[in-house]
Amino acid sequence: MEWEVVVGLEIHVQLSTESKIFSGSSVRYGAPANTQANLVDLGYPGVLPVLNQQAVHMAIKFGLATQSEISARSVFARKNYFYPDLPKGYQISQYELPIVRGGHINISLDDGGNKTIRITRAHLEEDAGKSLHDDFHGLSGIDLNRAGIPLLEIVSEPDMRSALEAGRYMRKIHTLVRYLGISDGNMQEGSFRCDANASVRPKNEDKLGVRTELKNLNSFRFVEKAIDFEVERQISVLEDNGQVVQETRLYDSEKNETRPMRGKEEANDYRYFPDPDLLPVVIDKNLIDQLRRELPELPDDKWERFVAEYKLSPSEASVLISNQASADYFEVVAEASSGSAKTALNWMTGSLAAALNREDLAIEKSKVDPIDLATLINRAEDGTLSSKLAKTVFEALWEGEGTTDEIIQTRQLQQITDSNAIENLVEKVIGAHPEQAEQFRSGKNKVLGFFVGQVMKACEGKANPEQVNSIVRSMLKAQ
Amino acid sequence: MSLTREDVQKLCVLARLEITPDEMADVLAKLSDIVGLVSQLEAEDTTDVVPMAHPLDQTQKLRSDQITETDEHQLYQKNAPLVEKDLYLVPKVIE
Repeated sequence: MEWEVVVGLEIHVQLSTESKIFSGSSVRYGAPANTQANLVDLGYPGVLPVLNQQAVHMAIKFGLATQSEISARSVFARKNYFYPDLPKGYQISQYELPIVRGGHINISLDDGGNKTIRITRAHLEEDAGKSLHDDFHGLSGIDLNRAGIPLLEIVSEPDMRSALEAGRYMRKIHTLVRYLGISDGNMQEGSFRCDANASVRPKNEDKLGVRTELKNLNSFRFVEKAIDFEVERQISVLEDNGQVVQETRLYDSEKNETRPMRGKEEANDYRYFPDPDLLPVVIDKNLIDQLRRELPELPDDKWERFVAEYKLSPSEASVLISNQASADYFEVVAEASSGSAKTALNWMTGSLAAALNREDLAIEKSKVDPIDLATLINRAEDGTLSSKLAKTVFEALWEGEGTTDEIIQTRQLQQITDSNAIENLVEKVIGAHPEQAEQFRSGKNKVLGFFVGQVMKACEGKANPEQVNSIVRSMLKAQ
Repeated sequence: MSLTREDVQKLCVLARLEITPDEMADVLAKLSDIVGLVSQLEAEDTTDVVPMAHPLDQTQKLRSDQITETDEHQLYQKNAPLVEKDLYLVPKVIE
């Protein structure tokens, strides 16, 4: 039987505020345990949560960027469950009236087409604390620094039909939230987390199959691998005439498998109700208009502009815009250099990418300033530098030897274009290799390359090889 | 509407409460009364009534995104029965 895969994702995005969603505690990552957990975060009796304005603004920006409806009136609810990292016994979240509803984003498919993935909702909520299961004499340690950190949970419709599409969607959301400046998207630090709902059904069947919820998917690759594994598992269960059980399963990246989480079956009754400690949040149109004006150029718009303005191929533009810092770097280089945008891109994907990889640096930490790279491209375009020397200058820039022009000056790397100077060199080289000169005259054209190589070596690569080539040729013939 | 014993047992699990078999009849009757009280609403036509999220006819004031709290964990941890390495210790909860 042919099966169709159905996937929906729930993505938790940590909003990059200074303080927590309902208290004035810091959200700085990596602080010593419990030093950023105060009375509201600890759920002491008598405290009141007060909503962080910035978190609301960030949620609205996400809604605007995904063509969603921003709820004029939105309500916080208590999601009740017991767990030691949740001191109040409930998580403040949103249920019936989330702040963002009914949007969509487009993902690109391998056939060059696009697919729209609908966003059901995005709601604000607080994060829980963290349990540490090291050896505390058979006990668990609880760090509540993370309790109360603002999250935006983005829930998609089950619109994805493969692990690949799920990965694309997740990456797209990841790029978007970083462009919007609402999250750093740091997956190692847990700022961007994903759960997947996956099911299968016979092809052409309308009814959805029984789904399982996959947790612990803390990288793009794990999302894809976990869904692939789970889909195979469900298909083999169904093909053995078994039934898929609706359950939560944990992905184990070391074994590349999913397995059921124990003890969660009963907990799935959260008894949501409106939180009496928080009044309804009213968002007026003026605020929405103001935030709309603050939106940066969004990834899709930038992609279109890069293709149109810089004549990049769709895939080149996609790679660039997926990281805003790369896109910004590219634009500075392309605007400041006289070469084509492709030249700028080639430098970025060649020497720059290699240097960044070598030292495991993000482009934000590049040791070569984009303006210096642009000047370097200009010096290669105007003939000051040969392409080989341009690479030398790049490495010198990386090592911090100065600006492009300073390096060319101090290292005396200007290309030799004076044909008299080159002729002198060629004459010396021919004089030193009479045997090869004889071979050329007897018809062995191949030795031409030998002479060009020797001349380039003699001038330390500072001459233009094409110019050297033609001079060598004419001088050998003239002899 | 009245609740069943199973409803009450489930609620006890969810609320982490233990009641003895002797207490069951009393708890069941009292909880059923409360549900019955609220159920009166079902007799009314609420088609055009906007659900009320809060009894106060006011909207939420927002605070500016500023850090106003300082580290007081030593003070707060005086209330905790067990603390080690600044962590609150609880019975093991590993999945």
